[in-house]
Amino acid sequence: MDVFLQTFVAGVLKGGLYALIGIGMTLIMGVMGIINLAHGQLMMVAMYITYVLHLAGVDPYLSLFVAMPALFLLGAVIQRFLLNPLLKADTILPENQVLMTVGIGMVLTEVVRFIFKSDYKSVTTGYSNATFFLGNISFSMALVISFLIAIGFTVAMFFFLIRTDIGRSIRATAQDKDAAVLMGVNTGRITIITFGIGSGLVAAAGSLLAPVFYVFPDIGGPFTARAFIITILGGLGSTVGAIFGGVTLGLAESFGATYISMEFENIIGMTIFVLVLLFLPGGFKRLTKI
Amino acid sequence: MLKVENINVFYGDLQVLWGVSFEVREGEILVLVGANGAGKSTTLKTISGILKPKIGSIHFKGARLDELPADQVISHGVVHVPEARRLFREMTVEENLVMGSLAPEAKKKRAETLAWVYELFPRMKERRKQMAGTMSGGEQQMAAIGRGLMALPKLLMFDEPSLGLAPILVQEVFDIAKRINKEGVTVLLVEQNVRQTLALCHRAYVLENGRVVLSGTGKELLNDDHVKEAYLGI
Repeated sequence: MDVFLQTFVAGVLKGGLYALIGIGMTLIMGVMGIINLAHGQLMMVAMYITYVLHLAGVDPYLSLFVAMPALFLLGAVIQRFLLNPLLKADTILPENQVLMTVGIGMVLTEVVRFIFKSDYKSVTTGYSNATFFLGNISFSMALVISFLIAIGFTVAMFFFLIRTDIGRSIRATAQDKDAAVLMGVNTGRITIITFGIGSGLVAAAGSLLAPVFYVFPDIGGPFTARAFIITILGGLGSTVGAIFGGVTLGLAESFGATYISMEFENIIGMTIFVLVLLFLPGGFKRLTKI
Repeated sequence: MLKVENINVFYGDLQVLWGVSFEVREGEILVLVGANGAGKSTTLKTISGILKPKIGSIHFKGARLDELPADQVISHGVVHVPEARRLFREMTVEENLVMGSLAPEAKKKRAETLAWVYELFPRMKERRKQMAGTMSGGEQQMAAIGRGLMALPKLLMFDEPSLGLAPILVQEVFDIAKRINKEGVTVLLVEQNVRQTLALCHRAYVLENGRVVLSGTGKELLNDDHVKEAYLGI
């Protein structure tokens, strides 16, 4: 029973962070209608920002406040100068923007590899390996703090989307772009803000995960895959769904690692992905209607 | 107030409007009638900037609308209630209404206008927390009109507001248009429902195959032989 609970707790904690990654991806999906295949790579950049600041003695949880604005800017620039111009180009492939994100992901990975080499870096803090116990269940201090911060960001994000004019404009653009234009929404600007926010959120996840994972240039790919799985699980473009998707993936990985084998962690995610596509094509959104 | 001059509009290589000109005067209800595909919706989309004329111009109170980006037209007081309502389906009724008041001036008076819209449409007040997409067609049309009113329009353009509504609701929607006009808003109405709209409007233009073929007061057109034959089935 203890093992089960322990696994469950670890899964939920990780899932909270995955939700943050998934919400960023899902916002971009909802507004621009594209899968951002550079999502994990953007997170990787944030992890390296956290790593560099860590070398300078900054706590990873504080470097959040550098990594998030930095990635917001990077994301906004990507949307403004690399993705939006593609909309004007007449081509055979409507998926040009997606292909562009693949390229951006590669460039980010290789630039980071060029600067930092492929070595595994770690961001260790006093609490990286600290744990505390509730009953027989141990909690990793780093993960718990990260989880709480992730929840804070998620709540703030919902507040922003529901209560502010820009947030409402983002949702409106996702639901009906032409109608949003008629209401005076500058949808070009909204796409830039959305990509910025998506990148900022995944940057937060990057900074929060830096003390837990090793940091290396190729860590982006697996996280892009995770973000993709979460988005599909949640139902494309559904923010609430992304939270469920994130927690589900966290739990699945956690249980897979405990009860099957550590090496199967990634296979579990992909298996769930395939099962959802086969049996619940709309994702959780189909069940919750939100 | 609004002056459309000789606009020629294309979908790709296909020309749909051929030198359309007309004028909307302050305070009136003007109707554009015509069959399906005559170019009525295209005309409204061109006024609100979603489509751009290749030739021609659109002036509203001195401002040149056709040179503005579409999202800036609404802040000039020209508001388009689109065909098929186009509400934000997964937002509540109130959120939809609020979306109408993004421009700085409308935003300042948001609470006030919202109270006015709820007074005009008590049903919307009852439903304000409901998702817009779950309402009936008639209610959605009210919400779409309410959303347009939130922008404090000087000119409110309706695109086929009667589309898909039961006859009794159609009359209600037209009554609303009249009421809004009495409150001082100029109305430009596009309709296939020729008989009813000609009866309520001040003036009307008839569009056929992308061209203006007739114009006059509602009464004149109701008695016009061509209109009678082509649209009223008499």
